[in-house]
Amino acid sequence: MAQEQSLTYKITKNLRCLVCQGQSVYDSDSDFANSLKIVVQRKVDEGMSENDIYEFLKTKYGEWILYDPGLNKKTYILWLLPILLFLIGGAIIIKKLKLKKT
Amino acid sequence: MKLKIIPIILIIFFSIIFIIFFKGLQKTSIYTPDENFEKNVPSFTAKVIKTGVENSSEQLFSGDQFYLMNIWASWCAPCRAEHNFLMKLKVNENLKIIGLNYKDKEKNALNFLKELKNPYDKILVDGDGTIAIDWGAYGVPESFLIHNKKIIKKIIGPIDENLYLDIERLIK
Repeated sequence: MAQEQSLTYKITKNLRCLVCQGQSVYDSDSDFANSLKIVVQRKVDEGMSENDIYEFLKTKYGEWILYDPGLNKKTYILWLLPILLFLIGGAIIIKKLKLKKT
Repeated sequence: MKLKIIPIILIIFFSIIFIIFFKGLQKTSIYTPDENFEKNVPSFTAKVIKTGVENSSEQLFSGDQFYLMNIWASWCAPCRAEHNFLMKLKVNENLKIIGLNYKDKEKNALNFLKELKNPYDKILVDGDGTIAIDWGAYGVPESFLIHNKKIIKKIIGPIDENLYLDIERLIK
């Protein structure tokens, strides 16, 4: 039971409360958030996995409801840009070091 | 020559970043529902107000006429504003209006209808707001126009003159 509750906690923390900007569903006490908490709790009780619940809510409200969006067509820049910057930065540093050596 | 390339790249890079963030500032941060929302009527069961008879969505939307699913509450001020349009839509023979009474007290809901008259063919009760979530709704009022078990139009917020005319046109 405690484990199930912590899963509900984890999921609702990662859901954006759509009617209250900048708050997670877990943190909000709005009508919408409270209903969503009940829905998530029920799905957890039914044995649905975390990802299944996200998928279910995505079909209802779209990607926007997730604070931690998955990798897809719309979000690949978000995910790949930091890696790209890291690589470019690394390349510049290596080049500079090599220049110094010679 | 080589030394000049890096500052130029940096300037271009920061300009791009600046443009992205500047554009981002103007973008609305308020939730706007996806255009390609789920078109199938969600499956659920709900109790009818007063009688408490259970109804399933399969039964409710089985006919071949149009249905207007309207999420409302007596405490919701915009619902009052759209009520008149619901009364006007009620006269259509091929449209059934189904109300979903959202987080409301039965007594208040019935008083609301007594005062403003009842446009609904059937009223279902959603005491904890979970049925509204099945519909992808996040506030009241919201309305869904349904035909052949598919949602053909989703209306967020109160029905106004333009939306009313839209519905009339669609169900003709």
